[in-house]
Amino acid sequence: MSDTPLIEVDDLNVSFPGRGGVTRAVRNATFTLGRERLGIVGESGSGKSTTGRALLGLIPRPGIVTAKRMTFGAENLLNYRDADWQRLRGRRMSMVMQDPKYSLNPVMKVGHQIGETYRLHTRASASDARARAIAMLEAVQIRDPDLVYHFYPHQLSGGMGQRVMIAMMLVAEPDLLIADEPTSALDVTVQNEVLRILDDLVRDRGMGLIFISHNLTVVSSFCDRVLVMYGGKIVEECKASELHAAKHPYTRALIASAPSLDRIDTELTTVKRDPAWLA
Amino acid sequence: MIEVKDLNVTFANAGRAVHAVRGVSFGVADGESFGIVGESGSGKSTVLKAIAGLIPWTATTLAVAGQPAQRRRSKAERKLMQYVFQDPYGSLHPRQTVDDMLREPLLIHGAGGIDGKVAAALAEVGLLPQHRFRYPHQLSGGQRQRVAIARALILRPRILLLDEPTSALDVSVQAEILNLLSHLRTSLGLTSILVSHDLGVVAHLCRRIAIMQLGRLVETVDAGQLRCGDVKEAYTRQLLAASRGYSRTAS
Repeated sequence: MSDTPLIEVDDLNVSFPGRGGVTRAVRNATFTLGRERLGIVGESGSGKSTTGRALLGLIPRPGIVTAKRMTFGAENLLNYRDADWQRLRGRRMSMVMQDPKYSLNPVMKVGHQIGETYRLHTRASASDARARAIAMLEAVQIRDPDLVYHFYPHQLSGGMGQRVMIAMMLVAEPDLLIADEPTSALDVTVQNEVLRILDDLVRDRGMGLIFISHNLTVVSSFCDRVLVMYGGKIVEECKASELHAAKHPYTRALIASAPSLDRIDTELTTVKRDPAWLA
Repeated sequence: MIEVKDLNVTFANAGRAVHAVRGVSFGVADGESFGIVGESGSGKSTVLKAIAGLIPWTATTLAVAGQPAQRRRSKAERKLMQYVFQDPYGSLHPRQTVDDMLREPLLIHGAGGIDGKVAAALAEVGLLPQHRFRYPHQLSGGQRQRVAIARALILRPRILLLDEPTSALDVSVQAEILNLLSHLRTSLGLTSILVSHDLGVVAHLCRRIAIMQLGRLVETVDAGQLRCGDVKEAYTRQLLAASRGYSRTAS
């Protein structure tokens, strides 16, 4: 979809030392991202969120991130310090979390939260920030942006909250958005509206999107390319449209274990784990 | 086995009345597996809670096993019907071992042979004897849900009410729990009502399925009709389209 990759990661490892030894959350992950929609799927604990967080420099101490190469455009992320991350995060790359209830400030009007993000990254005046926040609310298809501007997070439904989060993350026009289970807390019909907003942003603004999800149906129908993670390793990479023809036994088992409307199973397939997958 | 006619549930919320369930009627035959699907706020869990007698309700008829249900249930009525909740972590006591939790319903109902029954209940849901003295935080999500199912079944109820029993679990674990549920249902001859937002799960486990929207029962269809899209209501069609994944054109 694009010639120069936005993100290049070679041999990324994330580990957490603990009392019982070192936990390797991400193992030897290598991938690139262009101006496209890249899906990362896997079960809980497979390292998909940790991979996203490593790209944003959000691995908490004592976690250790190592890689042969990790670049974002012309930036080498490997020798970044806190101040460098501060400059990059929010402005050029940002992340939408799963649950808007825990990610928004409960005692601050949502419009102010969006405006604050904007003013932090640009030298905009308060009135500019306000206009910009309302424009963003409109861009994520909130029907009455002037009214919603004055709402507190508890006055929003799940779908509206998630749209406010997306508006806040996109107000500084980043080149990369990492969406960590952005639709898992939403109803199916609302989910499609949120996906359409993300889809439009990738198409119109040429943004790169990493879409982390455990839902294979959503990922295969929404993304361009998919990485399948198991136990911290990327076990398979394929075109999203070809996910149903996946080769790796783990991916195949995952697809077969979900009950489908198109198939009648008397007994669902369960995943039989092979230690060789992590070798 | 269960007959519901014109069920209504109203909550008072900050001076305003919220009519959560509006005139819902359906029947579930002995040994049948019935499903209810809908989005959040459609009232599907509320219907289940009303049947279990956990919240106040009004209805023309609400009968369980041929007996009209009262607001307060007797011990025998409670024993007849058991509940499995969505979040296996929230529904297990964090400071009690699996053994304590399985023992409690038997003690309340004054059953004998408790030790043997607890051991048998664990084996029945595929847990090992070493899990018996663990705390919930020492178990995985799938194991916790197995404990919740064991606790529901230990009194040998005839009706099992399942409120999103697998939506907090990974698909691979969900498959194991769904297999366990369908196996137990046939071997114990249970009548069950399953509430879920996942059409695939409901079609897999249930023969007849009710679709709810905004407190009303929109329509009732067979699993087969749902699979081939033979449905009458626009809302059901919309749910079906949305559950098949993202498409730019679908509204």
